[in-house]
Amino acid sequence: MPQKSIRQALNEALAQEMRRDPRIIVIGEDVAGGAGSEGQRDAYGGVLGVTKGLFGEFGEARVIDTPITESAIMGAAAGAAVTGLRPVAELMFSDFFGVCFDQIFNQAAKFRYMFGGKATTPLVIRTMIGAGRSAAAQHSQSPYGIFTAVPGLKCVVPSNAYDAKGLLIQAIRDDDPVIFCEHKLMYDLRAEVPDEPYTIPFGEANIVRDGDDVTVVALARMVHYAGEAAEALAKDGVEVELIDPRTTSPLDEDTILESVERTGRLVIVDEATPRCGIATDIAALVADRAFGALKAPIRRVTAPHTPVPFTPTLEKLYIPSPDKIAAAVREVYAYSK
Amino acid sequence: MTDWGCGEMSEITAITMPKWGLTMTEGKVLGWLKAEGESYRAGDELLEIETTKITNVFEAREPGTLRRIVAAAGAMLPIGALLAVAAPASVPDAEVATFVAAFVAPEPVAEDAAEDAGVVPHEVEAGDYRLRCLELGSGEGPPLVFIHGFGADLNTWMFNQPALAERHRTLAFDLPGHGGSTKALSGPVDGSSFAADLDRALAALGIERVHLVGHSMGGGIALHFALWQPERVASLTLIASACLGEEINGAFIDGFVKMERRREAQDVLRLLVHDPALVGRQMVEDVLRYKRLDGVPAALSAIAAAWFPNGWQREGLDPVAAEPQVPTQIIWGREDRIIPLAHAEALVGKRPVHIIDGAGHLPHMEKSGEVNRLIGRFIAASP
Repeated sequence: MPQKSIRQALNEALAQEMRRDPRIIVIGEDVAGGAGSEGQRDAYGGVLGVTKGLFGEFGEARVIDTPITESAIMGAAAGAAVTGLRPVAELMFSDFFGVCFDQIFNQAAKFRYMFGGKATTPLVIRTMIGAGRSAAAQHSQSPYGIFTAVPGLKCVVPSNAYDAKGLLIQAIRDDDPVIFCEHKLMYDLRAEVPDEPYTIPFGEANIVRDGDDVTVVALARMVHYAGEAAEALAKDGVEVELIDPRTTSPLDEDTILESVERTGRLVIVDEATPRCGIATDIAALVADRAFGALKAPIRRVTAPHTPVPFTPTLEKLYIPSPDKIAAAVREVYAYSK
Repeated sequence: MTDWGCGEMSEITAITMPKWGLTMTEGKVLGWLKAEGESYRAGDELLEIETTKITNVFEAREPGTLRRIVAAAGAMLPIGALLAVAAPASVPDAEVATFVAAFVAPEPVAEDAAEDAGVVPHEVEAGDYRLRCLELGSGEGPPLVFIHGFGADLNTWMFNQPALAERHRTLAFDLPGHGGSTKALSGPVDGSSFAADLDRALAALGIERVHLVGHSMGGGIALHFALWQPERVASLTLIASACLGEEINGAFIDGFVKMERRREAQDVLRLLVHDPALVGRQMVEDVLRYKRLDGVPAALSAIAAAWFPNGWQREGLDPVAAEPQVPTQIIWGREDRIIPLAHAEALVGKRPVHIIDGAGHLPHMEKSGEVNRLIGRFIAASP
């Protein structure tokens, strides 16, 4: 089976879906790239190249470069979705959601509910999350916790190329608004990805690694760091069960709960900030529904409650590392009252 | 050379890490079931091996005495690596030690050379379909052709094809709608249509005469082919085969077509086996990844409707009355929960019937050593 990067997998998902369904359009800043300038169009295909080639195949009616105006992009996309198109809108950096959040959380997320089921909003918003490139405080955040909190929005956080293609196709075929979070450091990460289109259901976690000692739940890039920690811990006889939820909304609660019922110990790894985030959400779920099984307190390994630093040495301390993850696992493993 | 348990060993034999399936590169020794110095018969369980996809028992191909265990429990080793050495008691320890020291595991085949080396499947044109085909081995006589069942693929033969390939040319196909073959179905998908697809694939490969081995729905297809062109079929082995009776586990077929998530898939797939441990997480994941490909749910629904409408088998064929000239044997797991054992029992006395204890609907996986011996001997007796 061919190896593809996350970038290639996403590009393939978009191209295959756009061939299948003429109602699908792509809209955002530089999604074609170069529109309006002389000569080159499709110069970039997105700031990190995910939409490259789509303009050439599908044309300017379906691959739309916009001015720098997120509120207009999301407003237009939400309106297009309720009136019959299936837009895939790009929010270049998730950090910019503040500029257009009304369109997302008061409009798109609530149309179906407030119009009594008469409106469907098959909108996908693709956006970049994640720190680690010294992109500084306004270009490095991971606000999927905030998106997850909004009823009416679905939120997808893939960690590898196979999942990325299947989940994006699922998102495009879903009739509800979906925010699709792509970690900006992972676009080159390769995996075996089938050439054919395929889907992965939402609310179905991936068990990356089986283990009986400690359950670790991790998102996006943290799945890979937790995997590294798990390999190191296995050498010391501690077997981690590593779960990648893949979607934060809907969340596969059963897989997490079943795992903790068996291991009794939980560590959640999330590079987002700690207050009111996914790690906290999962910790509350487990404390509520699997309290009797717990043998140790639930540990959350997250960023600190500060903006993302620019300077590389501080940014490195900010992001949870495999060592920090392993330390947390050892702590819960060794805990006894 | 594998002897199918008929002869005496007269030399030192290396027991090496097997290759189960297309993607296995290494395996972990979970535990030894025989100790150094112990003698064993062909088919005895020697050790348990775990891979990312499956855990299974490694059975002795021929009788022997285990002289040295080289790979301890917990060892993770590449395919071809030395696990143990067997030799008759008369062979001195020093010779065994020399053998171990001198043993060199074969180099793993580089990925770009793999296709040429034949360890990677290739595609065969069969009318509208491109069928994935894995070819292994060479030998005298007609090649063995393996045909899998509903919802499966050529990997179902992972414990059988390599063993039989030691003496024979073998081919395992993915049926239309399955595995790596064309998923979009064009035209009817009943037994005679699939038999016609097989005919086209064999024509494309220039193969005239074959030994057919079919499992479940694949058995029905093989039987169709044998009844249609008996002069081309040197022997027919039907394993837990369709088309031998009316009954089938309709709930399994429905469940398989509908399943989308891991939990429901695990419950459905466990119906296939006697030992539920055989259906591990990776196997469930592999089946779900196949089922999520565009076109697969529609293909499976169409095939289920053609073969097993309303929980009954549509077609019944009689392997006895129609063609006495094709040597036919029937193999069935005693604990089969998909197609009843009664279908095999009805043929006792008319054709060789082998009922495998401790196996469900997949006896060729659960008791591969025994099934391999049955196939090997049958083929040798029907050249």
